[in-house]
Amino acid sequence: MPAAALALHGVSVRFGALRAVDGVSLTLEEGERRAVIGPNGAGKTTLFNAISGAILPSEGRVEIGGRDATRASPQERARRGVGRTFQITNLFPELTVAENMRLALRGRGAAKWFFWRADTLDAHGREAVAAALASARMEGRDAARVRDLSYGEQRQLELAMALVQRPRLLLLDEPAAGLSPVERGLVAAIVRALPRDLSMVLIEHDMDLALGLVDRVTVMHEGRVLVEAAPAEIRGDARVQEVYLGTPHRVLAAAC
Amino acid sequence: MTAAASAAAGVLALALLPFALSAFHVGVATEILIFALLAMSIDVLAGFAGRTPLCHGAIFGTSTYVVILSAHAIPLPLAMLAGIGAAGLLALLFGVIAVRTSGVYFLLLTLALGLIVWGVCLRWTAVTGGENGVRGDLRQGWLADARALYWLVLAAGTVLAAAMWRLVRSPFGLTLRGIKDSPTRMQALGHDVARHLLLAFVASGLFAGAAGALYALYNDFVSPTTVALPQSVEGLLMAIAGGVGTLFGALAGAALLIGLELFVSAWTERWPTVLGLTAILLMIVAPEGLVGKAGAIMGSRRSTGGIR
Repeated sequence: MPAAALALHGVSVRFGALRAVDGVSLTLEEGERRAVIGPNGAGKTTLFNAISGAILPSEGRVEIGGRDATRASPQERARRGVGRTFQITNLFPELTVAENMRLALRGRGAAKWFFWRADTLDAHGREAVAAALASARMEGRDAARVRDLSYGEQRQLELAMALVQRPRLLLLDEPAAGLSPVERGLVAAIVRALPRDLSMVLIEHDMDLALGLVDRVTVMHEGRVLVEAAPAEIRGDARVQEVYLGTPHRVLAAAC
Repeated sequence: MTAAASAAAGVLALALLPFALSAFHVGVATEILIFALLAMSIDVLAGFAGRTPLCHGAIFGTSTYVVILSAHAIPLPLAMLAGIGAAGLLALLFGVIAVRTSGVYFLLLTLALGLIVWGVCLRWTAVTGGENGVRGDLRQGWLADARALYWLVLAAGTVLAAAMWRLVRSPFGLTLRGIKDSPTRMQALGHDVARHLLLAFVASGLFAGAAGALYALYNDFVSPTTVALPQSVEGLLMAIAGGVGTLFGALAGAALLIGLELFVSAWTERWPTVLGLTAILLMIVAPEGLVGKAGAIMGSRRSTGGIR
Protein backbone atom coordinates (compact mmCIF):
# COMPACT_ATOMS: atom_id res chain seq x y z
CA MET A 1 0.00 0.00 0.00
CA PRO A 2 1.50 3.38 -0.97
CA ALA A 3 1.96 5.95 1.77
CA ALA A 4 -0.89 8.36 2.27
CA ALA A 5 -0.32 11.85 0.85
CA LEU A 6 -1.28 13.28 4.21
CA ALA A 7 -2.13 11.71 7.55
CA LEU A 8 -3.21 13.52 10.69
CA HIS A 9 -3.23 11.62 13.98
CA GLY A 10 -5.14 13.29 16.81
CA VAL A 11 -4.00 16.79 15.92
CA SER A 12 -5.00 19.53 18.39
CA VAL A 13 -4.19 23.22 18.34
CA ARG A 14 -4.85 25.22 21.48
CA PHE A 15 -4.79 28.99 21.82
CA GLY A 16 -4.81 29.44 25.58
CA ALA A 17 -7.99 27.79 26.79
CA LEU A 18 -9.51 27.61 23.31
CA ARG A 19 -9.19 24.33 21.45
CA ALA A 20 -9.37 25.66 17.89
CA VAL A 21 -8.64 22.17 16.55
CA ASP A 22 -9.46 19.27 18.83
CA GLY A 23 -8.15 15.79 18.14
CA VAL A 24 -8.55 15.70 14.35
CA SER A 25 -7.47 12.56 12.50
CA LEU A 26 -7.75 12.11 8.78
CA THR A 27 -6.00 10.27 5.98
CA LEU A 28 -5.70 11.56 2.45
CA GLU A 29 -4.79 8.96 -0.16
CA GLU A 30 -2.39 9.77 -3.00
CA GLY A 31 -4.37 11.66 -5.64
CA GLU A 32 -7.40 12.16 -3.42
CA ARG A 33 -9.30 15.43 -3.36
CA ARG A 34 -10.74 16.31 -0.01
CA ALA A 35 -12.88 19.23 1.06
CA VAL A 36 -12.87 20.45 4.63
CA ILE A 37 -16.05 22.37 5.25
CA GLY A 38 -17.79 23.78 8.28
CA PRO A 39 -19.30 26.99 9.62
CA ASN A 40 -17.20 29.98 10.65
CA GLY A 41 -14.97 29.22 13.61
CA ALA A 42 -15.04 25.48 13.00
CA GLY A 43 -11.23 25.42 12.95
CA LYS A 44 -10.72 24.84 9.23
CA THR A 45 -8.05 27.46 8.69
CA THR A 46 -6.25 26.53 11.92
CA LEU A 47 -6.17 22.90 10.80
CA PHE A 48 -4.81 24.09 7.48
CA ASN A 49 -2.06 26.06 9.16
CA ALA A 50 -1.10 22.99 11.15
CA ILE A 51 -0.81 21.03 7.89
CA SER A 52 1.23 23.70 6.11
CA GLY A 53 3.45 24.37 9.14
CA ALA A 54 2.38 27.96 9.74
CA ILE A 55 1.53 26.90 13.31
CA LEU A 56 2.68 23.84 15.21
CA PRO A 57 0.08 21.52 16.74
CA SER A 58 -0.12 21.33 20.53
CA GLU A 59 -0.75 17.59 20.30
CA GLY A 60 -0.82 14.89 17.66
CA ARG A 61 1.22 14.02 14.60
CA VAL A 62 1.31 15.23 11.00
CA GLU A 63 2.69 12.93 8.29
CA ILE A 64 3.32 14.09 4.76
CA GLY A 65 4.01 11.44 2.15
CA GLY A 66 4.45 8.86 4.91
CA ARG A 67 7.13 10.84 6.75
CA ASP A 68 6.68 12.67 10.01
CA ALA A 69 6.43 16.43 9.50
CA THR A 70 4.91 17.53 12.80
CA ARG A 71 7.77 19.90 13.63
CA ALA A 72 8.87 20.77 10.08
CA SER A 73 8.98 24.46 9.17
CA PRO A 74 6.80 25.83 6.35
CA GLN A 75 9.74 26.07 3.95
CA GLU A 76 10.75 22.49 4.75
CA ARG A 77 7.22 21.30 3.97
CA ALA A 78 7.21 23.37 0.80
CA ARG A 79 10.39 21.57 -0.26
CA ARG A 80 8.68 18.26 0.47
CA GLY A 81 5.98 19.13 -2.04
CA VAL A 82 3.33 20.97 -0.07
CA GLY A 83 1.91 23.95 -1.96
CA ARG A 84 -0.72 26.26 -0.56
CA THR A 85 -2.85 29.25 -1.35
CA PHE A 86 -4.00 31.73 1.25
CA GLN A 87 -7.54 32.70 2.20
CA ILE A 88 -6.58 36.33 2.43
CA THR A 89 -4.72 37.02 -0.77
CA ASN A 90 -1.06 36.97 0.14
CA LEU A 91 0.92 37.89 -2.94
CA PHE A 92 3.74 40.32 -3.59
CA PRO A 93 1.70 43.41 -4.51
CA GLU A 94 4.62 45.62 -5.58
CA LEU A 95 5.99 43.00 -7.98
CA THR A 96 4.73 41.95 -11.39
CA VAL A 97 2.92 38.70 -12.19
CA ALA A 98 6.11 37.36 -13.82
CA GLU A 99 8.19 38.27 -10.74
CA ASN A 100 5.67 36.59 -8.43
CA MET A 101 5.88 33.48 -10.58
CA ARG A 102 9.69 33.53 -10.53
CA LEU A 103 9.69 33.71 -6.73
CA ALA A 104 7.31 30.77 -6.59
CA LEU A 105 9.30 28.75 -9.11
CA ARG A 106 12.61 29.30 -7.33
CA GLY A 107 11.28 28.61 -3.84
CA ARG A 108 12.31 24.97 -3.99
CA GLY A 109 15.48 25.35 -6.09
CA ALA A 110 18.94 26.80 -5.75
CA ALA A 111 18.53 29.62 -8.27
CA LYS A 112 17.21 32.01 -5.62
CA TRP A 113 20.78 32.32 -4.30
CA PHE A 114 22.29 33.44 -7.63
CA PHE A 115 23.44 37.01 -7.14
CA TRP A 116 25.89 37.20 -10.02
CA ARG A 117 23.60 36.93 -12.99
CA ALA A 118 20.56 38.58 -14.49
CA ASP A 119 17.12 37.84 -13.10
CA THR A 120 15.84 35.70 -15.98
CA LEU A 121 14.63 32.13 -16.44
CA ASP A 122 16.03 29.36 -18.60
CA ALA A 123 13.86 27.63 -21.19
CA HIS A 124 12.64 25.05 -18.66
CA GLY A 125 11.61 27.74 -16.20
CA ARG A 126 9.83 29.80 -18.84
CA GLU A 127 7.92 26.73 -19.93
CA ALA A 128 6.90 25.84 -16.37
CA VAL A 129 5.71 29.39 -15.68
CA ALA A 130 3.78 29.55 -18.95
CA ALA A 131 2.12 26.19 -18.22
CA ALA A 132 1.11 27.20 -14.68
CA LEU A 133 -0.25 30.54 -15.86
CA ALA A 134 -2.20 28.76 -18.58
CA SER A 135 -3.67 26.29 -16.05
CA ALA A 136 -4.87 29.24 -14.00
CA ARG A 137 -6.08 31.04 -17.15
CA MET A 138 -3.70 33.92 -16.59
CA GLU A 139 -1.95 33.95 -19.98
CA GLY A 140 -0.57 37.25 -21.21
CA ARG A 141 -0.64 39.05 -17.86
CA ASP A 142 3.09 38.67 -17.08
CA ALA A 143 3.94 42.35 -17.01
CA ALA A 144 1.00 43.50 -14.85
CA ARG A 145 1.79 44.71 -11.35
CA VAL A 146 -0.08 42.51 -8.87
CA ARG A 147 -1.71 45.40 -7.05
CA ASP A 148 -3.30 46.42 -10.36
CA LEU A 149 -4.94 43.02 -10.86
CA SER A 150 -8.62 42.43 -10.12
CA TYR A 151 -9.36 40.40 -7.03
CA GLY A 152 -10.37 37.42 -9.15
CA GLU A 153 -7.11 37.58 -11.07
CA GLN A 154 -5.19 37.69 -7.81
CA ARG A 155 -6.90 34.47 -6.73
CA GLN A 156 -5.97 32.90 -10.07
CA LEU A 157 -2.37 34.02 -9.62
CA GLU A 158 -2.38 32.41 -6.15
CA LEU A 159 -3.27 29.15 -7.84
CA ALA A 160 -0.70 29.57 -10.59
CA MET A 161 2.02 30.19 -8.01
CA ALA A 162 1.06 27.07 -6.09
CA LEU A 163 1.01 25.03 -9.32
CA VAL A 164 4.36 26.19 -10.69
CA GLN A 165 6.00 24.60 -7.66
CA ARG A 166 4.71 21.21 -8.90
CA PRO A 167 3.33 20.30 -5.49
CA ARG A 168 2.37 16.74 -4.62
CA LEU A 169 -0.08 17.99 -2.02
CA LEU A 170 -1.98 21.19 -2.74
CA LEU A 171 -3.74 23.07 0.04
CA LEU A 172 -6.39 25.50 -1.19
CA ASP A 173 -7.72 27.88 1.45
CA GLU A 174 -11.07 29.20 0.19
CA PRO A 175 -9.89 29.75 -3.38
CA ALA A 176 -13.21 31.30 -4.34
CA ALA A 177 -13.73 33.53 -1.28
CA GLY A 178 -15.04 36.96 -2.14
CA LEU A 179 -15.53 36.25 -5.83
CA SER A 180 -18.54 36.90 -8.05
CA PRO A 181 -20.58 33.87 -9.22
CA VAL A 182 -18.94 34.02 -12.66
CA GLU A 183 -15.46 34.14 -11.13
CA ARG A 184 -16.34 31.28 -8.78
CA GLY A 185 -17.29 29.19 -11.77
CA LEU A 186 -13.94 29.98 -13.36
CA VAL A 187 -12.03 28.98 -10.22
CA ALA A 188 -14.05 25.75 -9.99
CA ALA A 189 -13.22 24.96 -13.62
CA ILE A 190 -9.52 25.65 -12.99
CA VAL A 191 -9.46 23.36 -9.94
CA ARG A 192 -11.39 20.63 -11.76
CA ALA A 193 -8.87 20.70 -14.63
CA LEU A 194 -5.82 20.18 -12.36
CA PRO A 195 -3.88 16.93 -12.85
CA ARG A 196 -5.58 13.96 -11.18
CA ASP A 197 -2.40 12.69 -9.50
CA LEU A 198 -2.25 15.86 -7.42
CA SER A 199 -3.55 15.29 -3.88
CA MET A 200 -5.58 18.21 -2.66
CA VAL A 201 -7.19 19.58 0.47
CA LEU A 202 -9.72 22.31 -0.16
CA ILE A 203 -11.25 24.53 2.49
CA GLU A 204 -14.43 26.09 1.26
CA HIS A 205 -17.27 27.96 2.82
CA ASP A 206 -19.55 27.45 -0.14
CA MET A 207 -20.80 23.88 0.17
CA ASP A 208 -22.15 23.63 -3.38
CA LEU A 209 -18.84 24.67 -4.87
CA ALA A 210 -16.83 22.36 -2.62
CA LEU A 211 -19.00 19.27 -3.09
CA GLY A 212 -18.67 19.48 -6.87
CA LEU A 213 -14.88 19.36 -6.79
CA VAL A 214 -13.86 16.60 -4.39
CA ASP A 215 -13.89 12.85 -3.75
CA ARG A 216 -14.55 13.06 -0.02
CA VAL A 217 -15.66 15.64 2.47
CA THR A 218 -14.68 16.25 6.09
CA VAL A 219 -17.15 18.39 8.00
CA MET A 220 -15.71 20.23 10.99
CA HIS A 221 -17.61 21.75 13.86
CA GLU A 222 -16.15 23.42 16.94
CA GLY A 223 -12.69 22.06 16.22
CA ARG A 224 -13.77 18.41 15.79
CA VAL A 225 -14.52 16.21 12.83
CA LEU A 226 -18.30 15.92 12.68
CA VAL A 227 -18.69 13.72 9.61
CA GLU A 228 -16.43 12.26 6.94
CA ALA A 229 -18.21 10.98 3.85
CA ALA A 230 -18.65 11.18 0.08
CA PRO A 231 -20.18 14.42 -1.25
CA ALA A 232 -23.52 12.77 -2.08
CA GLU A 233 -24.01 11.62 1.51
CA ILE A 234 -23.04 15.00 2.95
CA ARG A 235 -25.94 16.84 1.34
CA GLY A 236 -28.50 14.64 3.03
CA ASP A 237 -26.79 14.40 6.40
CA ALA A 238 -28.96 15.77 9.19
CA ARG A 239 -26.02 16.72 11.43
CA VAL A 240 -24.40 18.72 8.65
CA GLN A 241 -27.62 20.57 7.97
CA GLU A 242 -27.92 21.34 11.64
CA VAL A 243 -24.46 22.89 12.03
CA TYR A 244 -24.83 24.82 8.80
CA LEU A 245 -28.41 25.98 9.14
CA GLY A 246 -29.20 25.57 12.83
CA THR A 247 -32.48 24.01 13.92
CA PRO A 248 -35.61 24.93 11.93
CA HIS A 249 -36.65 27.30 14.67
CA ARG A 250 -33.40 29.26 14.46
CA VAL A 251 -33.63 29.43 10.69
CA LEU A 252 -36.97 31.18 11.02
CA ALA A 253 -35.56 33.55 13.59
CA ALA A 254 -32.66 34.40 11.28
CA ALA A 255 -34.99 35.05 8.37
CA CYS A 256 -37.05 37.62 10.29
CA MET B 1 21.60 48.56 -24.07
CA THR B 2 20.56 52.16 -23.45
CA ALA B 3 20.97 51.69 -19.68
CA ALA B 4 24.57 50.55 -20.09
CA ALA B 5 25.22 53.40 -22.53
CA SER B 6 23.86 56.05 -20.18
CA ALA B 7 25.79 54.53 -17.26
CA ALA B 8 28.98 54.68 -19.35
CA ALA B 9 28.21 58.30 -20.27
CA GLY B 10 27.66 59.10 -16.59
CA VAL B 11 30.99 57.55 -15.57
CA LEU B 12 32.76 59.39 -18.40
CA ALA B 13 31.24 62.70 -17.30
CA LEU B 14 32.36 62.02 -13.72
CA ALA B 15 35.85 61.10 -14.97
CA LEU B 16 36.13 64.45 -16.77
CA LEU B 17 34.85 66.42 -13.78
CA PRO B 18 38.27 67.08 -12.14
CA PHE B 19 39.36 69.12 -15.16
CA ALA B 20 36.64 71.64 -14.36
CA LEU B 21 37.21 71.83 -10.61
CA SER B 22 39.80 73.19 -8.21
CA ALA B 23 41.81 70.72 -6.14
CA PHE B 24 39.61 71.55 -3.14
CA HIS B 25 36.40 70.79 -5.02
CA VAL B 26 37.90 67.60 -6.42
CA GLY B 27 38.26 66.56 -2.78
CA VAL B 28 34.60 67.35 -2.16
CA ALA B 29 33.63 65.31 -5.23
CA THR B 30 35.74 62.40 -3.90
CA GLU B 31 33.89 62.57 -0.61
CA ILE B 32 30.56 62.59 -2.45
CA LEU B 33 31.54 59.42 -4.36
CA ILE B 34 32.59 57.65 -1.15
CA PHE B 35 29.41 58.54 0.71
CA ALA B 36 27.31 57.63 -2.32
CA LEU B 37 28.79 54.12 -2.00
CA LEU B 38 27.88 54.04 1.70
CA ALA B 39 24.34 55.21 0.89
CA MET B 40 24.04 52.57 -1.88
CA SER B 41 25.10 49.84 0.52
CA ILE B 42 22.36 51.04 2.89
CA ASP B 43 19.87 51.10 0.02
CA VAL B 44 20.56 47.41 -0.71
CA LEU B 45 18.96 46.67 2.67
CA ALA B 46 16.52 49.57 3.04
CA GLY B 47 15.24 49.76 -0.52
CA PHE B 48 15.31 46.14 -1.60
CA ALA B 49 15.06 44.00 1.54
CA GLY B 50 12.78 46.43 3.40
CA ARG B 51 15.12 46.51 6.42
CA THR B 52 16.38 49.98 7.34
CA PRO B 53 19.75 49.77 9.13
CA LEU B 54 21.24 52.40 11.43
CA CYS B 55 24.61 50.71 11.92
CA HIS B 56 26.25 51.20 8.55
CA GLY B 57 28.25 54.20 9.70
CA ALA B 58 29.80 51.93 12.33
CA ILE B 59 30.58 49.21 9.76
CA PHE B 60 32.00 51.82 7.37
CA GLY B 61 34.10 53.41 10.13
CA THR B 62 35.35 50.08 11.46
CA SER B 63 36.86 49.47 8.04
CA THR B 64 38.43 52.95 8.14
CA TYR B 65 39.97 52.23 11.55
CA VAL B 66 41.33 48.85 10.47
CA VAL B 67 42.86 50.27 7.27
CA ILE B 68 44.58 53.17 9.02
CA LEU B 69 45.81 51.04 11.95
CA SER B 70 46.99 48.05 9.93
CA ALA B 71 48.64 50.15 7.20
CA HIS B 72 51.40 50.87 9.70
CA ALA B 73 52.31 47.17 9.58
CA ILE B 74 51.23 45.79 6.19
CA PRO B 75 51.12 47.09 2.59
CA LEU B 76 48.23 49.42 1.82
CA PRO B 77 46.29 47.13 -0.56
CA LEU B 78 46.35 44.39 2.09
CA ALA B 79 45.31 46.88 4.75
CA MET B 80 42.31 47.86 2.62
CA LEU B 81 41.35 44.21 2.17
CA ALA B 82 41.70 43.75 5.93
CA GLY B 83 39.35 46.71 6.47
CA ILE B 84 36.74 45.27 4.11
CA GLY B 85 37.11 41.86 5.76
CA ALA B 86 36.65 43.37 9.22
CA ALA B 87 33.52 45.17 7.99
CA GLY B 88 32.19 41.89 6.60
CA LEU B 89 32.79 40.06 9.88
CA LEU B 90 31.15 42.85 11.85
CA ALA B 91 28.17 42.76 9.47
CA LEU B 92 27.97 38.97 9.90
CA LEU B 93 27.83 39.41 13.68
CA PHE B 94 25.26 42.23 13.47
CA GLY B 95 23.25 40.29 10.90
CA VAL B 96 23.03 37.16 13.03
CA ILE B 97 21.54 39.29 15.79
CA ALA B 98 19.29 41.54 13.67
CA VAL B 99 17.85 39.63 10.70
CA ARG B 100 15.04 37.96 12.59
CA THR B 101 13.56 41.34 13.39
CA SER B 102 11.94 43.87 11.11
CA GLY B 103 10.49 47.36 11.13
CA VAL B 104 11.23 49.55 14.10
CA TYR B 105 12.88 46.68 16.00
CA PHE B 106 15.42 46.20 13.26
CA LEU B 107 16.05 49.95 13.24
CA LEU B 108 16.60 50.11 17.00
CA LEU B 109 18.66 46.94 17.20
CA THR B 110 21.04 48.07 14.47
CA LEU B 111 21.22 51.50 16.10
CA ALA B 112 22.23 49.88 19.41
CA LEU B 113 24.84 47.68 17.72
CA GLY B 114 26.33 50.73 16.03
CA LEU B 115 26.49 52.56 19.36
CA ILE B 116 28.51 49.70 20.85
CA VAL B 117 31.13 50.11 18.12
CA TRP B 118 31.24 53.83 18.76
CA GLY B 119 31.65 53.24 22.50
CA VAL B 120 34.52 50.80 21.91
CA CYS B 121 36.33 53.22 19.59
CA LEU B 122 35.89 56.03 22.09
CA ARG B 123 37.10 54.11 25.16
CA TRP B 124 39.74 51.73 23.80
CA THR B 125 42.28 54.53 23.77
CA ALA B 126 45.35 52.27 23.67
CA VAL B 127 44.42 51.22 20.13
CA THR B 128 42.05 53.84 18.76
CA GLY B 129 43.52 56.90 20.44
CA GLY B 130 40.10 57.62 21.94
CA GLU B 131 38.66 61.01 21.09
CA ASN B 132 41.93 62.12 19.48
CA GLY B 133 41.63 59.48 16.81
CA VAL B 134 44.43 58.05 14.70
CA ARG B 135 46.32 59.79 11.97
CA GLY B 136 47.32 57.67 8.98
CA ASP B 137 50.20 57.91 6.61
CA LEU B 138 48.45 56.65 3.49
CA ARG B 139 48.52 59.58 1.08
CA GLN B 140 52.00 58.95 -0.26
CA GLY B 141 53.40 59.16 -3.76
CA TRP B 142 50.78 59.52 -6.46
CA LEU B 143 47.96 59.21 -3.92
CA ALA B 144 48.89 62.63 -2.55
CA ASP B 145 47.40 64.14 -5.72
CA ALA B 146 43.71 64.98 -5.25
CA ARG B 147 42.81 64.19 -8.87
CA ALA B 148 44.62 60.83 -8.85
CA LEU B 149 42.76 59.84 -5.70
CA TYR B 150 39.47 60.96 -7.24
CA TRP B 151 40.02 58.75 -10.27
CA LEU B 152 41.00 55.82 -8.08
CA VAL B 153 37.81 56.25 -6.02
CA LEU B 154 35.76 56.67 -9.20
CA ALA B 155 37.20 53.48 -10.71
CA ALA B 156 36.68 51.46 -7.53
CA GLY B 157 33.23 53.02 -7.04
CA THR B 158 32.17 52.13 -10.58
CA VAL B 159 33.07 48.50 -10.02
CA LEU B 160 31.36 48.43 -6.61
CA ALA B 161 28.22 50.19 -7.87
CA ALA B 162 28.03 47.79 -10.82
CA ALA B 163 28.34 44.86 -8.42
CA MET B 164 25.51 46.22 -6.25
CA TRP B 165 23.39 46.83 -9.34
CA ARG B 166 24.01 43.24 -10.41
CA LEU B 167 23.09 42.02 -6.93
CA VAL B 168 19.75 43.82 -6.68
CA ARG B 169 18.76 42.79 -10.20
CA SER B 170 19.69 39.13 -9.80
CA PRO B 171 17.46 36.25 -8.68
CA PHE B 172 18.90 36.95 -5.22
CA GLY B 173 17.73 40.56 -5.46
CA LEU B 174 14.24 39.53 -6.52
CA THR B 175 14.11 37.25 -3.49
CA LEU B 176 14.99 40.25 -1.31
CA ARG B 177 12.15 42.26 -2.84
CA GLY B 178 9.81 39.36 -2.19
CA ILE B 179 10.92 39.30 1.46
CA LYS B 180 10.26 43.04 1.65
CA ASP B 181 6.72 42.54 0.36
CA SER B 182 5.72 39.41 2.30
CA PRO B 183 8.14 37.34 4.38
CA THR B 184 5.46 34.82 5.42
CA ARG B 185 4.55 34.09 1.84
CA MET B 186 8.21 33.68 0.97
CA GLN B 187 8.47 30.99 3.65
CA ALA B 188 5.41 29.21 2.35
CA LEU B 189 7.07 29.18 -1.08
CA GLY B 190 10.13 27.43 0.39
CA HIS B 191 12.46 30.42 0.77
CA ASP B 192 14.80 30.69 3.74
CA VAL B 193 14.07 34.28 4.72
CA ALA B 194 16.52 34.63 7.64
CA ARG B 195 19.46 33.19 5.73
CA HIS B 196 18.72 35.38 2.73
CA LEU B 197 18.60 38.49 4.88
CA LEU B 198 21.84 37.50 6.60
CA LEU B 199 23.64 37.15 3.26
CA ALA B 200 22.22 40.48 2.11
CA PHE B 201 23.34 42.07 5.37
CA VAL B 202 26.89 40.74 4.94
CA ALA B 203 27.01 41.82 1.29
CA SER B 204 25.78 45.27 2.24
CA GLY B 205 28.37 45.41 5.04
CA LEU B 206 31.18 44.46 2.64
CA PHE B 207 30.16 47.31 0.34
CA ALA B 208 29.98 49.74 3.27
CA GLY B 209 33.41 48.46 4.32
CA ALA B 210 34.81 49.10 0.85
CA ALA B 211 33.49 52.67 1.06
CA GLY B 212 35.10 52.97 4.51
CA ALA B 213 38.45 51.74 3.16
CA LEU B 214 38.32 54.39 0.42
CA TYR B 215 37.44 56.94 3.08
CA ALA B 216 40.64 55.97 4.93
CA LEU B 217 42.61 56.92 1.80
CA TYR B 218 40.71 60.15 1.40
CA ASN B 219 40.70 61.35 5.00
CA ASP B 220 43.93 59.77 6.26
CA PHE B 221 42.53 60.21 9.76
CA VAL B 222 39.89 58.43 11.77
CA SER B 223 38.17 59.24 15.06
CA PRO B 224 35.00 58.05 16.82
CA THR B 225 32.99 60.56 14.73
CA THR B 226 33.53 58.26 11.74
CA VAL B 227 31.71 55.37 13.45
CA ALA B 228 29.16 57.52 15.29
CA LEU B 229 25.41 57.46 14.81
CA PRO B 230 25.23 60.70 12.76
CA GLN B 231 27.35 58.94 10.13
CA SER B 232 24.76 56.15 9.85
CA VAL B 233 21.93 58.67 9.79
CA GLU B 234 23.56 60.79 7.10
CA GLY B 235 24.18 57.73 4.94
CA LEU B 236 20.53 56.75 5.33
CA LEU B 237 19.37 60.31 4.62
CA MET B 238 21.44 60.34 1.41
CA ALA B 239 19.80 57.10 0.32
CA ILE B 240 16.35 58.50 1.14
CA ALA B 241 17.09 61.89 -0.47
CA GLY B 242 18.20 60.17 -3.66
CA GLY B 243 15.35 57.68 -3.61
CA VAL B 244 15.14 54.47 -1.62
CA GLY B 245 15.08 51.47 -3.93
CA THR B 246 16.70 53.34 -6.83
CA LEU B 247 20.30 52.39 -5.85
CA PHE B 248 22.03 55.04 -8.00
CA GLY B 249 19.84 57.74 -6.52
CA ALA B 250 22.28 57.58 -3.62
CA LEU B 251 24.77 59.56 -5.73
CA ALA B 252 22.27 62.40 -6.12
CA GLY B 253 21.47 62.23 -2.41
CA ALA B 254 25.15 62.35 -1.42
CA ALA B 255 25.80 65.23 -3.82
CA LEU B 256 22.83 67.15 -2.46
CA LEU B 257 23.68 66.74 1.23
CA ILE B 258 27.46 67.20 0.97
CA GLY B 259 27.11 70.04 -1.53
CA LEU B 260 24.57 71.73 0.66
CA GLU B 261 26.73 71.35 3.76
CA LEU B 262 29.64 72.96 1.94
CA PHE B 263 27.49 75.83 0.70
CA VAL B 264 25.68 76.43 3.99
CA SER B 265 28.81 76.29 6.13
CA ALA B 266 30.09 79.38 4.33
CA TRP B 267 27.15 81.32 5.81
CA THR B 268 26.25 79.70 9.10
CA GLU B 269 27.39 77.11 11.58
CA ARG B 270 23.89 75.71 11.95
CA TRP B 271 24.36 72.87 9.45
CA PRO B 272 22.37 70.29 11.49
CA THR B 273 19.38 72.67 11.50
CA VAL B 274 19.64 73.14 7.76
CA LEU B 275 19.99 69.37 7.28
CA GLY B 276 16.84 68.78 9.34
CA LEU B 277 14.87 71.39 7.39
CA THR B 278 16.12 69.92 4.11
CA ALA B 279 15.00 66.44 5.16
CA ILE B 280 11.54 67.77 6.05
CA LEU B 281 11.29 69.66 2.77
CA LEU B 282 12.28 66.52 0.85
CA MET B 283 9.67 64.44 2.67
CA ILE B 284 7.01 66.97 1.64
CA VAL B 285 7.90 67.66 -2.00
CA ALA B 286 9.70 64.45 -3.01
CA PRO B 287 9.07 61.63 -0.51
CA GLU B 288 10.23 59.15 -3.14
CA GLY B 289 13.60 60.96 -3.38
CA LEU B 290 15.22 63.01 -6.13
CA VAL B 291 15.70 60.16 -8.57
CA GLY B 292 12.38 58.57 -7.65
CA LYS B 293 10.66 61.91 -8.25
CA ALA B 294 12.43 62.44 -11.57
CA GLY B 295 11.40 58.96 -12.65
CA ALA B 296 7.78 59.60 -11.62
CA ILE B 297 7.73 62.85 -13.58
CA MET B 298 9.04 61.09 -16.66
CA GLY B 299 6.39 58.42 -16.12
CA SER B 300 8.83 55.55 -16.16
CA ARG B 301 9.23 54.88 -12.47
CA ARG B 302 10.97 51.57 -11.86
CA SER B 303 11.78 52.02 -8.19
CA THR B 304 10.27 49.66 -5.67
CA GLY B 305 8.49 52.25 -3.60
CA GLY B 306 9.17 54.14 -0.41
CA ILE B 307 10.64 53.18 2.88
CA ARG B 308 8.61 51.11 5.31
